[in-house]
Amino acid sequence: MNPIIGQALDRADGPAKVTGAAQYAGDFTASGMAYAVLVQSTVAKGMITGVVQEAAQRAPGVLHIMTHLNAPRLPQGGKAAFEPPAGRMLSLLQDGVIDYNGQPIAVVVADTFQHALAGAAQLRFSYEQQPAALDFTAAKRSAYAPKKAGKEDADVAWGDAGAGMGRATERIDHVYATPMQTHNAMEPHATLAVWQGDQLTIYDSTQGIAGARKTMAKTLGLDPSQVRVISPFVGGGFGSKGSVWSHVVLAAMAARTLRRPVKLALARTQMFGPVGGRPRTEQHVALGAGGDARLTAVRHDVVSHTSVMEDFVEPSATQTRMLYATDNAATTHRLVKLNVGVPTFQRAPGEATGTFALESAMDELSYALNIDPIELRLRNYAEKEPHEGKPFSSKSLRECYRIGAERFGWSRRPRQAGTLREGNELVGWGMATATYPANRMPASASAKILADGTAVVRSATQDIGTGTYTVMAQVAAEALGLPMERVRFELGDSSMPDAPVSGGSMTVASVSPAVQAACLDARAKLIEAAIAPGAPLAGATRDDVTTGDGWLALRSDPSRRVSFARAVGGRGAIEGKGEAKPGKEREQFSMHSFGAVFVEARVDRDLGRIRIPRVLGVYGVGRRLNAKTARSQLIGGIVWGIGMALMEETSLDPASGRVVNASLADYHVPVNADIGDIEVVFVDEDDPHVNPLGAKGIGEIGITGVGAAVANAAFHATRKRVRDLPLTLDKFLV
Amino acid sequence: MHAFTYTRAADVGGALQAGAAQGSAYLGGGTNLLDLIKGDVAQPLRLVDINRLPLAQIRELPGGGLSIGALARNSDTANHALVRQRYPVLSEALLSGASPQLRNMATIGGNLMQRTRCPYFTDVGFAMCNKRNPGSGCGALQGRNRMHAVLGGSEQCVAVNPSDMNVALAALDATVLLRGPQGERRVALAEFHRVPGNSPELDTNLLPGELITAVELPPAWPNARSRYIKVRDRASYAFALASAAVLLDLDGQTIRAARVALGGVATKPWRATATERALPGRRLDEGSLRAAAALAVREAHPLRENAFKVELAQRAIVRALREAGGVA
Ligand SMILES: Cc1cc2nc3c(=O)[nH]c(=O)nc-3n(C[C@H](O)[C@H](O)[C@H](O)COP(=O)(O)OP(=O)(O)OC[C@H]3O[C@@H](n4cnc5c(N)ncnc54)[C@H](O)[C@@H]3O)c2cc1C
Repeated sequence: MNPIIGQALDRADGPAKVTGAAQYAGDFTASGMAYAVLVQSTVAKGMITGVVQEAAQRAPGVLHIMTHLNAPRLPQGGKAAFEPPAGRMLSLLQDGVIDYNGQPIAVVVADTFQHALAGAAQLRFSYEQQPAALDFTAAKRSAYAPKKAGKEDADVAWGDAGAGMGRATERIDHVYATPMQTHNAMEPHATLAVWQGDQLTIYDSTQGIAGARKTMAKTLGLDPSQVRVISPFVGGGFGSKGSVWSHVVLAAMAARTLRRPVKLALARTQMFGPVGGRPRTEQHVALGAGGDARLTAVRHDVVSHTSVMEDFVEPSATQTRMLYATDNAATTHRLVKLNVGVPTFQRAPGEATGTFALESAMDELSYALNIDPIELRLRNYAEKEPHEGKPFSSKSLRECYRIGAERFGWSRRPRQAGTLREGNELVGWGMATATYPANRMPASASAKILADGTAVVRSATQDIGTGTYTVMAQVAAEALGLPMERVRFELGDSSMPDAPVSGGSMTVASVSPAVQAACLDARAKLIEAAIAPGAPLAGATRDDVTTGDGWLALRSDPSRRVSFARAVGGRGAIEGKGEAKPGKEREQFSMHSFGAVFVEARVDRDLGRIRIPRVLGVYGVGRRLNAKTARSQLIGGIVWGIGMALMEETSLDPASGRVVNASLADYHVPVNADIGDIEVVFVDEDDPHVNPLGAKGIGEIGITGVGAAVANAAFHATRKRVRDLPLTLDKFLV
Repeated sequence: MHAFTYTRAADVGGALQAGAAQGSAYLGGGTNLLDLIKGDVAQPLRLVDINRLPLAQIRELPGGGLSIGALARNSDTANHALVRQRYPVLSEALLSGASPQLRNMATIGGNLMQRTRCPYFTDVGFAMCNKRNPGSGCGALQGRNRMHAVLGGSEQCVAVNPSDMNVALAALDATVLLRGPQGERRVALAEFHRVPGNSPELDTNLLPGELITAVELPPAWPNARSRYIKVRDRASYAFALASAAVLLDLDGQTIRAARVALGGVATKPWRATATERALPGRRLDEGSLRAAAALAVREAHPLRENAFKVELAQRAIVRALREAGGVA
């Protein structure tokens, strides 16, 4: 029988999504439900000095107006769950302080959504304004070292970078910049809060139901057992739904005050600020190389912004600590505080921006050395992790370069930039390395084999659009010995067995081992039941029983077999449990996915317009549990990488700190016409160390490297090096 | 959002009557007006839905011109056989705007009247906007102004007229037909939109209560060649950074007559008349076209973030002329 794991199966939840049967957070209703609208500040810093709310109060249908004057006081001023990086500093109307333009300052609740909107439009605030920090360049003068950069130290160095740089015969030394960006998941954030006595149920669009439950309980002063979080479908999160943001708590506060369910959905515009975004980075990269093109030293110094409210670091230098072999390296992260919303994780936080800088610098070095960019990377190939010297659990980057070069036709690329032209277009080819860590966290699951011969498998994980429903059902079906269509995988409810946040590309790596363990446990119990005295396979030994296609059969005599349904028999159901967690292997090995991205760019010689007709990505990401969803994740990542390279930027008004492009008309992401051919190729890897299923995680690596590959291709086309994203056409008008 | 009443007009007389009341606004496709209402930028007291009025026809005029009803949808107009044959530049301009869904709703009258996309105008969270709130100042002058006008601005306002269609209509010398309480009048497109000057709150010379009933195009030039070029930040579904609509009458490789209009760079649909005057007699080579295009931006006033538009506008003109002439 073909293994179910690995097959290119359609999404289990696809029909529900396209027919509208799938209920997203904003689709849930509850009897007596009222509608809340979030009201935001229009200044960047100061104090609220007055609220004029009589007109709003009198507006038709308005039930409640919650401001800092009347909001319920929360334990520790609303900061009880503050625990960076995932437990955020929220704006919960506990005082009148304004820290950024767009900060939540009130909630208006009414009997209908329209009444709530109309009421909110009548609300007036007066402020005592204070000078706000809005200028990144000015704020850089007071940049400071954060405690941590992601999970790592802010500064990491080895060898002597200064001395190494001194020995170099070629040096590259530039600042690369990436702008503030906003996630803009297709589904805006939405919450429905329902109280039954002291029990709170939250229907929310979240990447982490366990974290949401903990944060809600702490913030509201409840026991976690009093909170249930339900999130069966999430229309994209990309990091912005990895934390609980203010509106979730505000919905629960309003619902408690009003004693009726309250729904609060954010408008698209309201996603620019209160629910995170990627911070601006300025990255100083210096590379030194000798005549043999080996790196004698690497420096990567990152400055990114955070909010005055909280420290969040975009850890852009982390991949520089493991990507290339060098004896001398120094990497630092610094923060500048601005009066803006709290930034957060955005797809491949660190690597998406960091690879733009590092891989652009490597490209520049290849020209300085007059060596092929792939050859430069091979000369500096890290056979082991260069800092601590740990072996990689698996690494097929060399294969990725080789296969990529072959399929892309790299050997036909002229070494010199600015030599290819077709009509009005200058043509260029560029490449870059992609990488992302293979993360994993503890998870648990349950598996129940029912009397009808089907199974229900559960874990409190999330499907944020990635295919969790589908791949977990595949893992379960294979472990149990049932066909796919007889396995139902359920997720998205905090009353199910615990699972980690769907972030860091680790859902599959963390949850699938737990699902497998739970199913193997249930299967073992089913076999016990089937061989018990008086049962259909009585007398057989455990090891003689196999399962497949819904049958238990004896290896020694396949004619002796019994269906799952009959084996469960009068018991009603047989239940197994599974837990899985990472172990010592994490200390022994360095675990990462790698890939190589190849891009063709075409730049109009007069108009500066840049097109990307062709991208090829070759990846080693461990074992793929579903060839189709895996490929889709990488294509999606590459598309976003193109968007990041060419157009994405959140722009702030310099005077007021207000976002000037807070809509999907003005905040550009790629449309179909911007995307040409994207080819994704996998290098098969067998990695026994990352987790029992050998899957490394594929949610984020797709976006990494793309920014640099595009900029490198654009340089190859035009000889114009653009070091600040996005690569808008004005930067090519020369 | 504010409360408003809604009436559906059955005929032009009824629409005019309803439209005459203080605070009334005509509702075409609603693709612009409804967004502005939701954002509290527009606060009409009464919406007068004109979609049932018999103003959607596109028909040939006795003298050989074309009349396009104010309620003709952008897609229907762009795909109309006569428009495609005789005025392809209008078709191209319409099809380069917005998205198919929006074009299916948007009307010719609404497109003529669409308001600027300047964020200081469309977001009431910004305190300063002379167009939205006369006398409050202009947030864009010292603010984010990459998308703003380099031509036709004033100390009061530098907001761009965002329409693609208007640029083609300007090049085609269109006329706007209006009906008001005082009867009918005809306004040349060049006179229809206003530069902001000291009254940026007025985008056009439409009088309160006046209804656009049609747009008329004069007969097309025989053997005209034309082109609409739109340069923008992504391949589709983005407003122009610069656009150019050109018509050419050629004698071999030599220009006999030309019309050139610019979009994306000016506060109103912009006829580059100096360029037009310089073109006759020139050939389609890059050098001569470039010299003529330079005349279009002699009066340009770039802002902190949009100096590139001065260059881009000229290159768009040159490219459009060369493509129209078949030499690009
Ligand atoms: C996301 C987005 C992207 C867009 N991109 C582009 C683009 O790239 N290029 C482009 O050119 N446009 C673009 N547009 C704008 C679009 O073309 C306009 O919204 C549309 O043309 C307006 O037509 P409508 O019929 O929907 O007008 P409505 O919204 O109904 O009305 C607009 C205004 O015109 C008035 N009005 C309507 N009809 C009449 C009449 N007969 N007489 C008098 N007044 C009238 C209304 O009172 C209102 O003030 C975009 C719009 C959106 C939302």
